[in-house]
Amino acid sequence: MRNIFLFISRYRTFITFLLLQVVALWFLFNYNRFHRAKFLGVANEMTGRVNTLYNKGEDYFTLREENRRVHKMNDSLLNLLPRNFLQRDTGMQMIQDSVLYDTSGSYRRYFSRPATVVYNTVNAQKNYIQINRGSGQGIRDNMAVVSSNGSAVGVVVNVSTNFSQVMSLLHVQNSVSASLKKTGDFGTVEWDGKDPRYLTLKRIPKSVDVKKGDTVLTSPVSFNFPPGYLLGTVTDLQLDNTTGMYLLKIKTAANFYNLQQVHVIENMDREEQVKLFDETKKKIEQVKKSTR
Amino acid sequence: MSDFLRNILRLAAFILIQVYVLNKIPHLHRFITPYIYYLFILWLPFSVSRMVLLVIGFLTGLILDYFMMTPGLHAAACLLIAYVRPFIINILTPKEASEFNYREPSPKAMQWTPYAVYVFILTLLHHGYMVLLEWLDVGNFLDFLIKVVATTGISLLLIFTAELLFPRRLKFRTNTA
Repeated sequence: MRNIFLFISRYRTFITFLLLQVVALWFLFNYNRFHRAKFLGVANEMTGRVNTLYNKGEDYFTLREENRRVHKMNDSLLNLLPRNFLQRDTGMQMIQDSVLYDTSGSYRRYFSRPATVVYNTVNAQKNYIQINRGSGQGIRDNMAVVSSNGSAVGVVVNVSTNFSQVMSLLHVQNSVSASLKKTGDFGTVEWDGKDPRYLTLKRIPKSVDVKKGDTVLTSPVSFNFPPGYLLGTVTDLQLDNTTGMYLLKIKTAANFYNLQQVHVIENMDREEQVKLFDETKKKIEQVKKSTR
Repeated sequence: MSDFLRNILRLAAFILIQVYVLNKIPHLHRFITPYIYYLFILWLPFSVSRMVLLVIGFLTGLILDYFMMTPGLHAAACLLIAYVRPFIINILTPKEASEFNYREPSPKAMQWTPYAVYVFILTLLHHGYMVLLEWLDVGNFLDFLIKVVATTGISLLLIFTAELLFPRRLKFRTNTA
């Protein structure tokens, strides 16, 4: 017994070192698996406040660029106003109202909330964006985030009361369902962790007619992203002979270097969709088992 | 200014520079991430006990981790250099903490060559261990090697530039004081 105490007191620095090292590694590997960390909620609030302070100053340097984008967006919205459209006075034409709050039974599926980016990196392999809205403002996990010029940016992965962490498209574990605008073929957009200006579009079969400059949009089959938001344009084609699929290099539509204003978009049907999806899976598995 | 206050301010400054300048600027290349925050650990006074050094190292890394959303990564690396630091100092300049004429490691206190070796070894350890952990997670081996070398190079450049540009005004300790 005495020897044990002697041993501990002799090597106590080394033992502390080992203990803390284990704690650090536990944080690291636990976090990567679940996108969660111990105390992250608290830490998120703290870093969020510091980041907000810094962001207040930094915003001044990109005001002009941001203004230009907002103006452009406003302009395109103005063009959609019903007062821009007149009906021809023939009395014989079918008239379809272009305004969305109609009485013909359409309902709202996506709801958007504005938010400001308070911290953002592009240099890491796993880039996260921190925004100044959290669960207190109705943000939940898995909501889509699009930038002020209407291009996809990422997905919310963690929320605290006033801030949320968004997994940027520039994250090696990120995978977003995408479709080619021209042909409508579905693929998956991923990032190889190399150049923050380019993403990779996978799983487009070689029978599809793709050309440089083709537009890539978020697909209509995604649970998180609403369809039709810009992901980028094709800049390079490469054929993977083993799978017969294209490996397309995509130039990102969002400028990740100076993200400021973003919209957080909620899919109101997500819960139902996911539930149905999971239940279907379960059901099929049960059928498989019973037939065996 | 007391040692304690000075080091708190230093920690805040290093973390802010690391988070808001070095991680924000577009990097020269994806392999090259400039790091300077761990200079805080290298600059801690000789008199800090090994136990306290470990705790300070761990917390320094953890603070940066929470900004970078990588809990544990920098903490593990900082902990390693905090643990190794006393050995290196002992090997390079075998003196008791009270025998040094200056309070903290610096070119003046240790001579340029031993100080450069000290910085080099700890930098290499920090980056080597950190990139290794990153590599276990994602990446391939060639990336790992290049990254360690490139990141160590740019960090050393930064540290020696900082050392030359901002010479710390350290008091020469005498027996009368």
